[in-house]
Amino acid sequence: MRRLAPLLLAALPIIAVIALVAIPLVTLLSEGLRPSSWQVFSSGSTWRVLVYTVSQALVSTVLSVIIALPAAYALYRLRLPARRILLAIVTIPFVLPTVVVGLAFRELLPFAGTTAAIIVAHVFFNVGLVIRVVGSVWGQLDTRYAVVASCLGANRWQAFVHGSWPLLRPAVTAASMLVFLFTFTSFGVVLVVGDPALPTIEVEIYQRAVQRLDLDGAAALTIIQLVVVVVALAIATKLQQHLTVRGIITETAIRRGPHGLTDYAATAATFIVVVAIIIPLGSLVSASMRVRDSWGLTWYVEAISPSDTSTRATSAAEALLTSARYAVVATVIAVTLGVFAAIAVTLLRRGQASLDTVVTLPLGVSAVSIGLGLLLFSISGPIDLRGWWLLVPLGQAMVAMPIVVRIVLPVLRSIDPRLRDVAATLGASPFRAWVAVDGPLALRATAVSAGLACAVSLGEFGATAFLARADTPTVPVQIVRLLSRPGEANLGQAAALSVILIVVTAVIIGLAERARPRTSQPTATGGW
Amino acid sequence: MLATVGFASAGLILAACGGSASTDSATTGATTNAADPVNVRVITHDSFALSEALVAEFEATSNITIDFIPAGDAGEIVNRAVLASGNPDGDVLFGVDTTLLSRAIDAEVFEPYVSPAPLRPALVDAGQGIVTPIDDGDVCINIDDEWFAENDIAPPTTLGDLVDPQYAELLVVQNPATSSPGLAFLMATVARYGEEWPNYWTQLRSNGVLVVNGWSEAYQSEFSGGGGTGDRPLVVSYATSPPAEIVYAADPKPLAPSTSVMLDGCFRQIEFAGVLRGTPVPEAAQSVIDWLVSEQVQADIPLTMFVFPAREGVTLPDVFVDFAQRSPTPLDIDPSTIAADRDTWVEEWTQIVLR
Repeated sequence: MRRLAPLLLAALPIIAVIALVAIPLVTLLSEGLRPSSWQVFSSGSTWRVLVYTVSQALVSTVLSVIIALPAAYALYRLRLPARRILLAIVTIPFVLPTVVVGLAFRELLPFAGTTAAIIVAHVFFNVGLVIRVVGSVWGQLDTRYAVVASCLGANRWQAFVHGSWPLLRPAVTAASMLVFLFTFTSFGVVLVVGDPALPTIEVEIYQRAVQRLDLDGAAALTIIQLVVVVVALAIATKLQQHLTVRGIITETAIRRGPHGLTDYAATAATFIVVVAIIIPLGSLVSASMRVRDSWGLTWYVEAISPSDTSTRATSAAEALLTSARYAVVATVIAVTLGVFAAIAVTLLRRGQASLDTVVTLPLGVSAVSIGLGLLLFSISGPIDLRGWWLLVPLGQAMVAMPIVVRIVLPVLRSIDPRLRDVAATLGASPFRAWVAVDGPLALRATAVSAGLACAVSLGEFGATAFLARADTPTVPVQIVRLLSRPGEANLGQAAALSVILIVVTAVIIGLAERARPRTSQPTATGGW
Repeated sequence: MLATVGFASAGLILAACGGSASTDSATTGATTNAADPVNVRVITHDSFALSEALVAEFEATSNITIDFIPAGDAGEIVNRAVLASGNPDGDVLFGVDTTLLSRAIDAEVFEPYVSPAPLRPALVDAGQGIVTPIDDGDVCINIDDEWFAENDIAPPTTLGDLVDPQYAELLVVQNPATSSPGLAFLMATVARYGEEWPNYWTQLRSNGVLVVNGWSEAYQSEFSGGGGTGDRPLVVSYATSPPAEIVYAADPKPLAPSTSVMLDGCFRQIEFAGVLRGTPVPEAAQSVIDWLVSEQVQADIPLTMFVFPAREGVTLPDVFVDFAQRSPTPLDIDPSTIAADRDTWVEEWTQIVLR
């Protein structure tokens, strides 16, 4: 049973990845790769595109992490006013359709159409992810190491570097990995605010596969993309395992009021981040209320009950309902698969790294390639999946699952295994011991990850669009449709719908935050 | 409340004029089985739209139900159809245009069907006896008239004017590799300048043309007119964007659009619908195509999709008569030439304009 359990747990996520990522990819490669594909590998421009894609992703990642760390500290270790609201705000960019944010940035940034604009937009989208992934560990970090360091005469910086940072590093690595994958394969941002002269691999794949029907080239580029992702994942997984220290987590988060220069600086940094996120959101709000030369709620009224009687009109309520339906299904799937995978990784004796890589892979693989592969598979394979509504939430779940794993896994890894041994000594079955020891901590991390998974699903546009098209549009799809027409009503309604999406998301995330299970007793499960 | 009244009366009018023409589609559709409605899946591009009431009326009278499946831009839906040729995931494809038609026909995507409705002969010919033309429209340079009035400059009137230094840094275009109006504009320049087109673009580039990846970025964020928030008064868009500007303006509607169209250098796009080869319901699919070119649907098209109906003698809405423009000398290129050279053009364009 001890050996079998992790394998059983691992089976489900692995099957999902095989069915939804591996099979489509293999289909694309087997039908697309031809001798002519080698031209892509030997062409100098391909390698320029690769270098550019990796560089912008690395810069975006490093900046996102640097900017997020002080905020993660302040939001998870300090008692800040309106903490929940601040946390909801940093999560909002995640649900916004890239086109909407892109258009807002095009107006706000004096340097739209450059690599700098891509990086700013990437940081905007991902800083909240880092804050949440790192914060969920930081909030429960055992501070005694830092305290000991202080007692030994270390100043606060030294105490952090030697006491807390080593414990945080796995979470930071995990978050960096996610951001790297997101920015490495990002599509919408690059298209809307990027420099048309500098395509990324994902844009190249899109141009070849969707516009030119050049399967040979698309397949070759997909391979290059896959190799980079696997290498990056291997490095990150190794780092993470290497860095993990057991027994660093206390069960309850203790937040104290800020004191000292560092705390105030971190708090200030947090508010700067929040303001920087609010500015583009604010420009959306103003666009949504601008009616000709005055202000009003006309576009909200229109968005809620459109006076347009054509098939393209979808009321905000209808679109929200569609989005919500997909989000619920996607969240349940992503959380189930992600938690199973995370538990399996901690329990497996061998093959941890491979399982970890497999479940993170979907984030790093081109959505266009997967969509195309699924199409080819449906045409020639035994099962025709085209038009199956479940593909939409499944696709979203594949994007969200790696996030769930990255949030839950560091928490599970950090639990002192001796606690389980204690439980076993007291007569608990392995399952019972797991439930008693890991359960409460895992639940909290799961709740955090469910909030993010839900946000991913609500805002997801790229993967959904290529995987399957539903006849009922989600909110982001409807927003993009509105933006594809001239006239202020379309622009105004798109902005109004975006604001509605923002508010709904903020409420959902706020509620999830409140609903997080809280263990009542501050028990002594802190380590030794 | 006003809106509700509008709904109801529009529905009544549509229902009233629907009576006669719907009978012929009903008879064809009903040949299958009177009891079970036949479902027809119409794959469309994302810009597709029709009045709900028309669809409901057709379904009520024809024993056919329709699912409209928006599946991407025109290029995307055609390429999907090409890959799935003979084993389609729909029954009718709407939205294949002149630039993509050859690719679809070469891949035998369609079961030949041309509706017998009275359609403009030039459009029918372009369908090569395989698909039915539904509408057409021009991709043209749009002009922010207010900007030119304020700055006291005469707006450009020909493609050649655009390389004139007095129009430096005023034009925004879309990347033909990622945008269909962008591609259409590139083709317009190829049609006009022939072998010399790269030269024209070299000049456009030195005259400060701005390239963005999509129509939304160009029109909504870089263009100064039509509700756009940018500072460039010339943009590649559609000849019907000015009437759309009025239709989608806040009340009270302005009397005239703030933008106009440069009638030289327009590329004409015809959109077709075809029966997908391999459909289990070819007859019902044909009925749907007949319905798409029926009087009511064709009269509905201008204000839902902002294009011109393919059917002859359809009354255009006032806003179209007043503000929609048609280039007297539209440019086009033989579809087989497009099929053969389009990728090379795009690649060469990328080298000239972006590198």
